[in-house]
Amino acid sequence: MPKDELKSEYRLIGTRPDRPDGLDKVTGRARYGADMSLPGMLHAAVVRSPHAHAKILKIDASAALALDGVKAVITRADFPTGLTGEDWNLQENSMAGEVALYDGHAVAAVAATSRLLAEDAAKLIKVEYEVLPHVIDVDDALRMDAPVIRAGVGDHTVPEGSPPNVSKKIEFGHGDLEAGFAAADLIREQTYKTEATHQGYIEPHACVAQLGSDGKGEMWVCTQGQWYIRRMCSAVLGLEASQLRVTPSEIGGGFGGKTIIFMEALPLALSRKAGGKPVKLVMSRSDVLRATGPTASASMDVKLGMTKDGKITAAHVNFRMQGGAFVGASPVGEALSCALACYDIPAVMHEGVEVLANRPKAAAYRAPGSPMAAFAVESLVDEMCHELGLDPLDVRLKNAVHEGVKASYGPTYARIGLVEVLEATKKHPNLLAPLGPNQGRGIASGFWFNHGGETSVSLAIGEDGTVTVSIGTPDIGGSRASMSLMVAETLGIAYEAVRVNIVETGALGVNEPSHGSRATFASGKAAVEAARSAIREMCRRAAKEWGIEEEAVEWKDGAAMPAGPNAGKFPPMTIAEIGAKMGGTGGPISGHHETNADGVGASFGTHVVDVEVDPETGRTTILRYLVVQDAGTAIHPAYVEGQYQGGAVQGIGWALNEEYVYGANGRLQNAVFLDYRIPVASDLPMIDTVIVEVPNPGHPYGVRGVGETGITPPLPAIANAVAMATGARLRSLPLSPPKVLAAIKAKKG
Amino acid sequence: MSKVHVSAVVNGDNVDFLADPRESLLDCLRDQLGLTGSKEGCGTGDCGACSVTVDGVLVCSCLMLGVEAEGKTIGTVEGLADVGTLHPLQRKFIEHAALQCGFCTPGILVASKALLDHNPDPTETEVRYWLAGNLCRCTGYDKIVRAVMDAAAELREAV
Repeated sequence: MPKDELKSEYRLIGTRPDRPDGLDKVTGRARYGADMSLPGMLHAAVVRSPHAHAKILKIDASAALALDGVKAVITRADFPTGLTGEDWNLQENSMAGEVALYDGHAVAAVAATSRLLAEDAAKLIKVEYEVLPHVIDVDDALRMDAPVIRAGVGDHTVPEGSPPNVSKKIEFGHGDLEAGFAAADLIREQTYKTEATHQGYIEPHACVAQLGSDGKGEMWVCTQGQWYIRRMCSAVLGLEASQLRVTPSEIGGGFGGKTIIFMEALPLALSRKAGGKPVKLVMSRSDVLRATGPTASASMDVKLGMTKDGKITAAHVNFRMQGGAFVGASPVGEALSCALACYDIPAVMHEGVEVLANRPKAAAYRAPGSPMAAFAVESLVDEMCHELGLDPLDVRLKNAVHEGVKASYGPTYARIGLVEVLEATKKHPNLLAPLGPNQGRGIASGFWFNHGGETSVSLAIGEDGTVTVSIGTPDIGGSRASMSLMVAETLGIAYEAVRVNIVETGALGVNEPSHGSRATFASGKAAVEAARSAIREMCRRAAKEWGIEEEAVEWKDGAAMPAGPNAGKFPPMTIAEIGAKMGGTGGPISGHHETNADGVGASFGTHVVDVEVDPETGRTTILRYLVVQDAGTAIHPAYVEGQYQGGAVQGIGWALNEEYVYGANGRLQNAVFLDYRIPVASDLPMIDTVIVEVPNPGHPYGVRGVGETGITPPLPAIANAVAMATGARLRSLPLSPPKVLAAIKAKKG
Repeated sequence: MSKVHVSAVVNGDNVDFLADPRESLLDCLRDQLGLTGSKEGCGTGDCGACSVTVDGVLVCSCLMLGVEAEGKTIGTVEGLADVGTLHPLQRKFIEHAALQCGFCTPGILVASKALLDHNPDPTETEVRYWLAGNLCRCTGYDKIVRAVMDAAAELREAV
């Protein structure tokens, strides 16, 4: 197998073997959320509010229950009371209480012997509403006279006299802002807006759930995190977590949207009410768009000071975000922390508020908050570079953060690779491609913290010396391959000798989901430690057999061997030999590691995009696209490239097409893929990638995590390219053809 | 609503099933025949995850009723590989890492095979436009397009 051109002292890491689950996934054999059926299974359907904001006066399910084959109907009355904080938010979002808070909010659910019957029954459930005034737009929601979504929603951070829907206020910064702006030759301040977008995973949420009157239950569910599902469902339904066994199916995309519960508690509650029969619930696409995790919409002010040679002297950002009708759902804190993270600026100030609106409860979406923040900040940096006649890449290099610099969000950076990324970008041939009329080139950088988190991994040596690894982070994009590579590298065995299983909640300690770009970093780190612990045990077994001290045995190339001439002369004892006789040498051999993984290394990226804008229609075509990003170490480079390309294209969709469109009645107008149009193959060129490798000292193989940073730069990079192509600067997304055309016309006067 | 008896040929096998007249072909494949390789991503013909061939024509099986399958010959992802031997498209998708979550993969493989069956030497643009009805949210399509082009080249050499 060809090894990449990346400098590497490793035997397997950096190679591109076939993924272990490849065969399952090209033959249709892989089982996703909706692919599970159980004997005696019922099917569920959900009744959803058609109103953005409405008091629920009465729910009459008698006609539905009268249908032959209808086994249970649930409303909020079937849930426990007295929940607080995020548990209450999750329960309220799972099933509306007194008030439906957004178009698509669940108000009742029904289980019946077939899906069609359940859907028929749902139509017979009569709900009487008193429609209330609603608010959708983030800036409208901030008005003093906006319809109040929930009285007294502001926490201790919200000053008295704030608008009623403000739930949180954040402020932080450092340095002398006044002196910073005083030192600038150019100060500019602009306002930017981004609309809500959806993660757009192709697999709708689906699960099969069973819950008995004894409080014991099981679930099969597509999720990024089976323990999160367990904890959240248990909280919402008043169950004991350990009595609920959650098995993750294969997952058809998540991007953050499958880290929390939306409908998963409903089939459990229906099952309990229907005598413990298993209940399957699969969301429709329009239910996914109406009632699961879009990201926040944002309205953002940015003020920057720059010297005429391009040094940024001060920055002040002020962001407003709505994340639906629920406190704490918006990523305004993350957005503020990411906003200026690429820049070494002596004085920074961040302010932000979260405001409630009549929209679904926002969920994480790939680098939550960072893309919006980058759109605002990187657009303004670009504008100022052009105004001062400076090269935008040179200005980014001049201000780039590096090891030892105090980050805009507080901590001091450890080893990071932004400078290396910018230098690699500068050298790329795409920057030399000539541009024609109506064409423009945009550059922007982006950042994500990456994440460690709670992690538990087990590994067992088989009787033939092959190895089983139990991992708690679902494989969304090839992580079984990266885990196998790291474990095989550590043990000195073949990649094919490792089997990685993604296991249910009963098999390991608590794991956080595959989120925060943490799966390959944190599960990988724990898997390497588990392998090292199995190595220590295998060395002990060999030492015992040889009658020498444990310390006199070392592990090399998949075998125990005496360490040096003083240890005695013994032939290497291979992992296969040790496995074959472990029953007689002390029993099963396994390795285990649990951690709240530290040593996280941030990932920076820079994108360069060339566009052509049709002056007749305002349509933007992507001509060339380049992603340069620091991976730390690319364990499986093909899947690292895949993350870069996928992130970039989601960002392209966000920049050009995607937005939640609401009618005056507060209903979502584009809840199908025809109207919520994500990028298709014919919209795009190939996505060029450069993997920069500045190893993270906090991981045994240098991994940083690569999933999220890639969605961050496309929003501003494309806006910057469109500005160069048309001369018109657009400060609100998406850059849809009518908007771009209007801007071109306004520019021409 | 009373069910309708349907006889068809699926992946070379004669099959019979009872379809509710409201059920899509996709529902029947998945729920009546246990062929869960075809996926429902939208139910409105926009995502292509349910792509199958019906008498050799590429269709979204969510847009066709199960009862319409009477007497038809249907091909799904489960029929792409010969026993033990993957179709070159399947092999190239693994080799090129042309899938991440894998949910859209069955539909894209079926659609790509339909392309290569009538156009063995497509340009990149032809591949991109042919697959414009198959949504993938993970990959950005780059590696998918490369895998299809590479499989096409291999199939041409084999002739």
